[in-house]
Amino acid sequence: MIDTVDNAKATPEQEQPFRELGLKDDEYSRIREILGRRPTDAELAMYSVMWSEHCSYKSSKVHWKHWSANTTPEMKAKMLAGIGENAGVVDIGDGWAVTFKLESHNHPSYVEPYQGAATGVGGIVRDIMAMGARPLAVMDPLRFGAPDHPDTKRVLPGVVAGVGGYGNCLGLPNIGGEVVFDASYQGNPLVNALCVGAMRTEDLHLAHASGTGNKVILFGARTGLDGIGGVSVLASETFSGDEGGTGRKKLPAVQVGDPFTEKVLIECCLELFAEGIVVGIQDLGGAGLSCATSELASAGDGGMLVQLDRVPLRATGMTPAEVLSSESQERMCAVVEPSDVDAFMRVCAKWDVIATEIGEVTDGDRLVITWHGETVVDVPPRTVAHEGPMYERPIARPDYQDALQGNGPEQLARPSTPDELRAEVVRMAASPNLASRRWVTEQYDRYVRGGTVLAQPSDSGMIRVDEQTGRGVALATDCNGRFVKLDPYTGTQLALAEAYRNVAVTGATPLAVTNCLNFGSPEDPAVMWQFEQAVRGLAEGCKELGIPVTGGNVSFYNQTGTTAIHPTPVVGVLGVIDDVRRRIPTGIGAEAGESLLLLGDTRDEFGGSEWAHVAHGHLGGLPPKVDLARERLLGEIILAGSRDGMISAAHDLSDGGLAQTLVETCLIGEVGARIFLDQDQDPFVQLFSESAGRVLVAVPRSEELRFTEMCTARGLPWRRTGVVDPDSQSLEIQGVGDLPLAELREAWEGTLPALFG
Amino acid sequence: MRIGAVTFPGTLDDSDTIRAITASGAEAVALWHGDADLKGVDAVVLPGGFSYGDYLRAGAIARFAPVMGKVVDAARGGLPVLGICNGFQVLCEAGLLPGALLRNAGLHFVCRDQWLKVENAGTAWTSRYDAGAEIIIPIKNMDGRFAAPKSVVDELEGEGRVVFRYAGLNPNGSTDDIAGISDPTGRIVGLMPHPEHAIDALTGPSDDGLGMFLSVLDSVVAA
Repeated sequence: MIDTVDNAKATPEQEQPFRELGLKDDEYSRIREILGRRPTDAELAMYSVMWSEHCSYKSSKVHWKHWSANTTPEMKAKMLAGIGENAGVVDIGDGWAVTFKLESHNHPSYVEPYQGAATGVGGIVRDIMAMGARPLAVMDPLRFGAPDHPDTKRVLPGVVAGVGGYGNCLGLPNIGGEVVFDASYQGNPLVNALCVGAMRTEDLHLAHASGTGNKVILFGARTGLDGIGGVSVLASETFSGDEGGTGRKKLPAVQVGDPFTEKVLIECCLELFAEGIVVGIQDLGGAGLSCATSELASAGDGGMLVQLDRVPLRATGMTPAEVLSSESQERMCAVVEPSDVDAFMRVCAKWDVIATEIGEVTDGDRLVITWHGETVVDVPPRTVAHEGPMYERPIARPDYQDALQGNGPEQLARPSTPDELRAEVVRMAASPNLASRRWVTEQYDRYVRGGTVLAQPSDSGMIRVDEQTGRGVALATDCNGRFVKLDPYTGTQLALAEAYRNVAVTGATPLAVTNCLNFGSPEDPAVMWQFEQAVRGLAEGCKELGIPVTGGNVSFYNQTGTTAIHPTPVVGVLGVIDDVRRRIPTGIGAEAGESLLLLGDTRDEFGGSEWAHVAHGHLGGLPPKVDLARERLLGEIILAGSRDGMISAAHDLSDGGLAQTLVETCLIGEVGARIFLDQDQDPFVQLFSESAGRVLVAVPRSEELRFTEMCTARGLPWRRTGVVDPDSQSLEIQGVGDLPLAELREAWEGTLPALFG
Repeated sequence: MRIGAVTFPGTLDDSDTIRAITASGAEAVALWHGDADLKGVDAVVLPGGFSYGDYLRAGAIARFAPVMGKVVDAARGGLPVLGICNGFQVLCEAGLLPGALLRNAGLHFVCRDQWLKVENAGTAWTSRYDAGAEIIIPIKNMDGRFAAPKSVVDELEGEGRVVFRYAGLNPNGSTDDIAGISDPTGRIVGLMPHPEHAIDALTGPSDDGLGMFLSVLDSVVAA
């Protein structure tokens, strides 16, 4: 029998499996207090999933004060929608609004790599659609365990195939991302997904359910038993009211994606938006209808009545709790004026999308859900969606931090002879974290829709938004978890600095920031210390750069036993470029007679570096210094140089230092170069240090004087470090040796195919 | 001059195809899978994608769409038809071109800039190229390995109906490096690589793909 509100009132003492659903005793008591009775099964399912860490941000919310405290009015002015909406929205000019968001799908991707990664892409794309935007492109920052570990061979190919399988079939270009290997991710790979979309500023749709009498329409795929996870205890273990009988097949907790349905859903949504018949819209992601109905209702100004039995199902005998909790993919929920319902249904029919009126907006302040005429949910929607528990978790700087920082890289043996240095350049180029990502990115369609201007291996992806004016956006995501481990505040600012720089080197102007904060257990005070430092570092860094954080995502519990992953706050930076034809490519050799200039300062900085990791498996000391004012200046100089046609190629210096940047610029440009190192500085430091705030630019010889005078006038250190040699197929580093591009290419491109074939 | 581009549910490169048709100077006409109506176009392109999700077999469902009945009839009557990627798969399923496209030899989706050799510059879709020319346009697919019985391959080779061949690395294990073929009249052409993604060097590796759309304009004018 179905547990109704009347039944709940009549049986106050009935035992409920709230602990199995992840609720603490005091959280359960609070639900009883809010309702003035025990919750029904369906209500318990809703509260438990909406009050989970994933949906409620209960451990992290208290730290959001850092975002608001560090957002100036000028930064706020760039945002059309910010934190709290499905995705942040910024004004990029020419009447265009751009929305972007980064989200984690870590745990499902470890259990079921292909479907976990695929549905991660699907979910973030629906978030973008819920803002009224056309999705334009996706990116995937991925982190895996040791490259030679047997389980990495299970997880990585599945994740890559899942990202590709879903995204390719969806028709969205994949324009970048990251692939990082570190043993700390062995049992907790990180699968983050980013989507960017655009709309005309007047078409911004927020998830509101305003207007008494407006209809609530569920459209897209049918609702099934997939992704129900913990809620199944309500049906199968504790309660006898399971109409499906004991033999009912339990489906895995990881959802299964259908990208074809999502592609059709995208086109259907865009046509609905174009018709102007959507008052409010919400995607169904984590927590399914529980989330969509409570969020739509609490964001509007009234109540909502939902007839849950009208939801089209693909399994028999589902209980109301299961229908509410199902995470079946490819579903959306819209609020539509009664007079527009017929038109709405016509568009859905054109696209063969199932659409069902499941309820309406009411003038009360309750979310009421019925099941065949009986009330199974009657709650104040805000208590489900927004007024969940909030915890101030204990914070403690870990005991090991001093020892970690004290164990610097100074004692590590360094290559010094020309032969040793030459061999190190090749070895580093072939190391798993620096090797070409081509084996991965070749499995992603980067061309579809015809707007991709830059994609991997460029520093950022770039998409043309307006075909007439050429206005476009650039996007980069970055994070070096080792830097964050050594110093979470500085490490997070370094991630921000790198993403900012990666956008700037393509000629775009950084505009806004999103993030995906991947950490261990919030119940570990050491993890919460890392988290608090990271949030503060990012918020204060953004203030210094003058670009707002428009949204983000938190993924906790990325740990195996008591061992957490390296804290990994992935930072995504969005930039705008007025005309994508002005983009700066990564490869050299586009123009005859280019000089190579190294911008910025190089210091002896190897704490957390790729070299220490590859050569010695060492992690200790302090990360490189971060200077955000310098990053800003660097961005301004590159923008000015790009506008005046003074820069023909640019590539940032990060993991692996100058050596790796040189290898990549030559291989991508398919042309050689001659490099002269500074006689007054250790060649090893010059080649492999990971000092921040540096970019290698190629400048046509005719522009060299004008460009360097600009750098000097504005106080940006620069050094002429070499020339492009169009007649050479070799990277020649004076005092180190000659590196034929064929040898470098074999090293750089051979690693991932050899590992994952 | 009007060239149609068909959209099936799951078609992905229709907007790119329309952009390429427009760039060639023709008028692009959107054709809908559910309408048995070619709107009087002078040529038809079946763009790439995953029609109906390709869950059964690439192109297997799309051939039954109402618009395909018209395309097949018109093609048999001499209307120039180009099938790109999934469109090529649909043409094979519909029996307008021989052979089939199987899963790539490496079992991965492959997206790369691919060198092609133009083997036959005499078709309705390749007259703007020089025979033997090498062009670079993107390839991106999961099921791109052309296969056919030996007698069919011999016939294609013997009649000069291999229109494009992969130059350099064969990306998918295709028989005889075959990238594209034609019917005996040279008016129906199918290829796996994507000329519509190579119409300018800003968003593609080259503008080498534009020649296919310009070629069909010539052939329609000539006819």
